[in-house]
Amino acid sequence: MFALSTKPKARLLKRPFTCARWLIPLCLVILGACHRSPEVQFFGDQEYPQKLSAWGLMQLDNQLIRLPSEQQVYELNTPLFTDYALKLRTLYLPVDTSISYRATDAFDFPVGSIISKTFFYPVNSSGAIALQSSWNGNPHDIDLSVHRLIETRLLVRQPQGWDALSYIWRNGEAYLSIIGDLITLPVDDGSELNYLVPSRNQCAGCHAENHTHGTIHPIGLKARHLNRPHPIHARNQLLNWQQSGDLSGAPQPALIPRNARWGENNGDLNLRARAYLDINCGHCHNPRGAADTSGLMLDHQASDPAHLGVCKPPIASGRGSGGHLYDIVPGNPELSILAYRMSTTDPAAMMPELGRARVHREGLTLIEDWIASLSGVCL
Amino acid sequence: MHRPHLLSFTIALLMFGCGGESASSSSGADISPAMASSEAFVQQFREALESAEPGDIIDVPAGVHSFKRALTLNTDGVTIRGKGMDKSILSFKGQISGAEGLSVNASDFVIEDLAIEDTIGDALKVNEGENIIIRHIRTEWTNGPDVNNGAYGIYPVQTVNTLIEGSVAIAASDAGIYVGQSKNVIVRNNRAEYNVAGIEVENTIGADVYDNIATNNTGGILVFNMPQIPQRGHSTRVYNNQVSRNNTENFAAPGTAVSGVPKGSGILVNSNDNVEIFNNQLSDNDTANILISSYFSANYAGQKNLAKEFDPYPEYISIYGNTFQGGGEKPGADYLNQIRVALYGPTGAFPDIIWDGIVNPEAATDGPFICVNNSEAKLLNLDAGNNFEGAQVNMAVHDCEVGKLPAIVLRGALANAS
Repeated sequence: MFALSTKPKARLLKRPFTCARWLIPLCLVILGACHRSPEVQFFGDQEYPQKLSAWGLMQLDNQLIRLPSEQQVYELNTPLFTDYALKLRTLYLPVDTSISYRATDAFDFPVGSIISKTFFYPVNSSGAIALQSSWNGNPHDIDLSVHRLIETRLLVRQPQGWDALSYIWRNGEAYLSIIGDLITLPVDDGSELNYLVPSRNQCAGCHAENHTHGTIHPIGLKARHLNRPHPIHARNQLLNWQQSGDLSGAPQPALIPRNARWGENNGDLNLRARAYLDINCGHCHNPRGAADTSGLMLDHQASDPAHLGVCKPPIASGRGSGGHLYDIVPGNPELSILAYRMSTTDPAAMMPELGRARVHREGLTLIEDWIASLSGVCL
Repeated sequence: MHRPHLLSFTIALLMFGCGGESASSSSGADISPAMASSEAFVQQFREALESAEPGDIIDVPAGVHSFKRALTLNTDGVTIRGKGMDKSILSFKGQISGAEGLSVNASDFVIEDLAIEDTIGDALKVNEGENIIIRHIRTEWTNGPDVNNGAYGIYPVQTVNTLIEGSVAIAASDAGIYVGQSKNVIVRNNRAEYNVAGIEVENTIGADVYDNIATNNTGGILVFNMPQIPQRGHSTRVYNNQVSRNNTENFAAPGTAVSGVPKGSGILVNSNDNVEIFNNQLSDNDTANILISSYFSANYAGQKNLAKEFDPYPEYISIYGNTFQGGGEKPGADYLNQIRVALYGPTGAFPDIIWDGIVNPEAATDGPFICVNNSEAKLLNLDAGNNFEGAQVNMAVHDCEVGKLPAIVLRGALANAS
């Protein structure tokens, strides 16, 4: 019963259309206007389409999102916080290919893979977004009459590596943006949210977890983040991929690492906090990351309390210190720089530096509780 | 832009072809009505940075170009070139996104002849890269010293083979020019004013700092080592600089490393080794013209939790050929002022050089730690490790020689620059 199965998928790496280079703009316009493919299409790095619809990754139909059957939805144990945006994550693998398992780093994906993440919010009748939602993770339950799509980010696996692309939604279509944008969204409490669509280089700011090489990789598609029940059918996502032949080289389930789910209030506080710091901070705060300059390591492998910030003075924090002396003062979140930088929205002081214009109250509470639970004295 | 790329060219064509359908123009948040003359450039500049290819020269025309979110560059081999530091101005007044003005992660990078003003955080940060030239750049917070200004003006960190020259840094709430965790660096012919630290070299191996003017900062030129970061620094030469009147009130955020720098510090060495200070003109720095201190005197937190591998003691410091005038009359820390009055009377002044006198108790010898061959200049040992009880001038123990450091030689494409 657990033998590899193959299921029908889209044709491999089909180039949808070719035309002389000087005609590309015209071709793209024509394609965008006329070509609505029911299948996922893959594009080389010189021919990215201006419209998301050309990829065939999703269709909007009668106020619902339709995903082609070869697209897989997945969820993370503990996700990155992005201004309370809801996120629909999908994975497309070329036919007859599989992901190679890695225990710690991002899985190795075959050329032609496409990862998408669509950011959206509930909206009320006047178009104001809500920052809370009871969405269950099922794409079929996203009613577009009461939700607003903001952007869809793609990670596209080319022969030479991953490319990151952002598409911004407007009137039922999403358009490629290399330079990113700030979108002012009205919030149902009367405030406004300056939502940041990252530029291509800003994508690398997080996805190049090794800042020296600068090559980008998926962040969430790691064993410890994916090892959890599927949002729709509730079977373990990795076991499911193993059984379908989409994931090769994985050990037996008990040997696969698993991060805690940050919001499970009865879960282990330390594990939940570390999972939260891992996904929200670890892509820069790791020994090879952009923030190794600080000496503060918040990835899942950090173990030395001083590297985690316990009684550690800041290096180049500027006013990010908030007037405090240490990153973490055990038992005292109110004296800890770590909590301060999560509690401010001043761009020069807040952490993470990008993709957050709001305080994640629930995440902050988790980290404050964790710091409060730590014991020790800073001399 | 020197030469347009296919990609941006394509985007531009599509914008024309599809009217309002182009991405990225929905909010117009980048564009301030007052700066309408540079609207087109703001968009073009972002596209040029985001789609850059090695060898690109990206021109910045004269004018004030206004940005609300950070700019980023990740491509090696790019030159950004303006028309002059008072003509081509990237203004971030009212910035609402990003922790820097321009953030660079690239090698073979040149930026010259422009200004970056009023960023909400750091102005220009180059985080990792080799062969970096920062030339004729002005970073400034136009409101003057303020704790709410960004931390660093010109900020290369973890770079190798770096030249900063002919630049101006004003009113950073930490350091105007800050070279961190780098190797093989020249900082010359710059002017740093009204910053907390004018020029700071931190955890850097091999730096020459010369022909600069550091004035009206809290501290003029700092050579520091901090614990718990990947690279321990050593070997810096500070020479031929004019370091005067660095008496601005310390306006750094509490808790930061420089918040403990007493106003009135000329050249300040902290926890660093192999530092040569020579042929500088130092004047009227109210705490002292030269200060040498261990990590324990820096007023930092975490003093007792130092990692074992960190060396908090300044050693092999060589001071010669400097000219001194004034200074030491009004130390910017209460405890220092009390010592001044106790030793030299209400109107007396510290000598030109003060040292906290804290040495490694496990050192094999009694020195030399600090060698002074500077005609009549005196060094006061504060004896801070013993409650200042043995504070004294004893030049005999500082009559020593430290081997001279070699000049920094920039390599590769920067060889011609030096």
